[in-house]
Amino acid sequence: MSHTDEAPQQAAAAAPAQAPPQGREKKLPARDRLTVILMVTIPLLLVLLLVWLPALLSVVLSFGKWNGFGGVDTIEWVGFQNYEDIATIYPPFWPAIQHNLIWLGFLFLFPTLLGILLAVILDREMRGSRIYQTAFYMPVVLSLALIGFIWQLFYSRDQGLINDVFGTQVDWYGDPDINLWAVLVATAWRHTGYIMLIYLAGLKGVDASLREAAAVDGASEVKTFFNVIFPVMRPINMIVVVIVVIESLRAFDLVWVVNKGRNGLELIGALVAQNVVGEATRYGFGSALAVIMMLISSVFITIYLRNVFREERRG
Amino acid sequence: MSSHDPVLVATTPPDDQVRDARTPPKRVEGGVMSKPRGVVVTVIVALLALAWLFPLLWALVNSFREYDYTQANGYLSFGGWTFANYEDAWSRGNFGLHMKNSLLITVPAVLLTLWLSSMVAFVLARFSYRFNLTLLGVFLAANLLPPQALLIPVFRMFREVPLPYFMSDSGSMLNSFWALILVNTAFQLGFCTFVLSNYMKTLPHEIYESAELDGASVWRQYWQLTMPLVRPALAALATLQVTWIYNEFFWATVLIQQGDKLPVTSALNNLRGQFFTDTNLVAAGSIIVALPVLVVFFALQKQFVSGLTLGSTKG
Repeated sequence: MSHTDEAPQQAAAAAPAQAPPQGREKKLPARDRLTVILMVTIPLLLVLLLVWLPALLSVVLSFGKWNGFGGVDTIEWVGFQNYEDIATIYPPFWPAIQHNLIWLGFLFLFPTLLGILLAVILDREMRGSRIYQTAFYMPVVLSLALIGFIWQLFYSRDQGLINDVFGTQVDWYGDPDINLWAVLVATAWRHTGYIMLIYLAGLKGVDASLREAAAVDGASEVKTFFNVIFPVMRPINMIVVVIVVIESLRAFDLVWVVNKGRNGLELIGALVAQNVVGEATRYGFGSALAVIMMLISSVFITIYLRNVFREERRG
Repeated sequence: MSSHDPVLVATTPPDDQVRDARTPPKRVEGGVMSKPRGVVVTVIVALLALAWLFPLLWALVNSFREYDYTQANGYLSFGGWTFANYEDAWSRGNFGLHMKNSLLITVPAVLLTLWLSSMVAFVLARFSYRFNLTLLGVFLAANLLPPQALLIPVFRMFREVPLPYFMSDSGSMLNSFWALILVNTAFQLGFCTFVLSNYMKTLPHEIYESAELDGASVWRQYWQLTMPLVRPALAALATLQVTWIYNEFFWATVLIQQGDKLPVTSALNNLRGQFFTDTNLVAAGSIIVALPVLVVFFALQKQFVSGLTLGSTKG
């Protein structure tokens, strides 16, 4: 760096941390400016190319019919035909929507609430709290596909523990009336620990003086939680909601290892995959399903980002 | 966590939580419980924790039992101990090869993710450009989109991209490790960028002022000044990323169609026969697949937990 550069550099350094944006940009020497540009554009290109461009292309493809074998010129544009077909003559669609909603409701009612409850309990001074925490979040490091296999040891019709203990002959993974619930129990095993961990982290940040003040006022523990702690936890509560919704929408691994998302385990995520890697490749149709997923998730992504950015500005 | 995990747990980490990652957390706990109620709660939590450990223990125990013995005496019996399931699972599942595949995907993907995201994070934290918030939004939202929604274009794009045969014996991105490395990296960039930039913002601004006075280039400020200081955050993220990318199932399933290229999570299916499944063999296979992440988890438990809590909010 030349000597002439140093005066403005010092001036910039003396300026407060939040210097006016353009001013700072101009003061960087050319080589540093190039460094900054490269540091940002290489990762940015990767994300644009592998996430945002495909997202856009999914939308475009959803308006066409394409078996994927011919070139792009063989696409026949059909407008909203795919969406109409999905809603009217595609048998697995409505069951899939229903299953995704059941998935969401179940995750909220059982593992999410249990995870929050456990976090609140384990946040206290309690002997062995760390050990209990470890037990609950150990499944979090395992993949859902693996969890599907581990739970087979309980669910197998001839060799599973459940049938062995109760002397029943139920095919938990195979029976389309109950396999969704069997899979949900396995999911819950992992989800509880995940939520517990997130909530514990949030509780750590709660100002202790709030709790002390409540105790001085003579509020009961339950009252303190609902009237003092819970409102302060608003950002975390919101994140938990968004996580549960998005996880329920994305659900795929478990149903895919059980029966590729068929016969009682239809989920939107699995339907998309079936249309691409299954016997019939229908790119346009699969894309329309993908766009439906994207539309639903975009609502919650927006909520999430707003939440994050509000914090960002406050910080 | 497979395709499910990359959901963000985060808003802004307050300074004290960033410090938590460096020093053991000193915090005021949520208060001591009254005696009798405390005992009841402890017993319930302890029982639940045992129930949570049970599936893994059950898999472990039965992975060491002979199939014939458990068939003859039922699973509630005791005896029939053997190591044969592990030998059998290892050779039938071809786990040596698949473990190597997982390693060849996970290690480069984690390193690339950390490197690229730390560069973006550095620019976001060090400079206040007008595009900062937009950029963060682009990365974060990409992390939350359902991967299924991007499947068709990504699948098709990878099929079209030719690779020389020394890089991929399929001659294209499809069925190559490159595809999984890049896709996983693109998806994980958002989370890592977010956590790292928040962490970097807590570094004192003065160090950059003196670095500028010494004439350090932007690259040196990043590589020699910032990176050593954010090592705790990098360690935490590396632990998380290893488990998530190792466990990733969706992309591996759809982008790799050649059986011998599959990572180990997706290869477990080799152990399931079409009409008959040896549960003890599946148990042994599950333990083999779970072992690497469990080892990572126990060895780096502190990093793992701080990784998930690093991004959490104070509320």
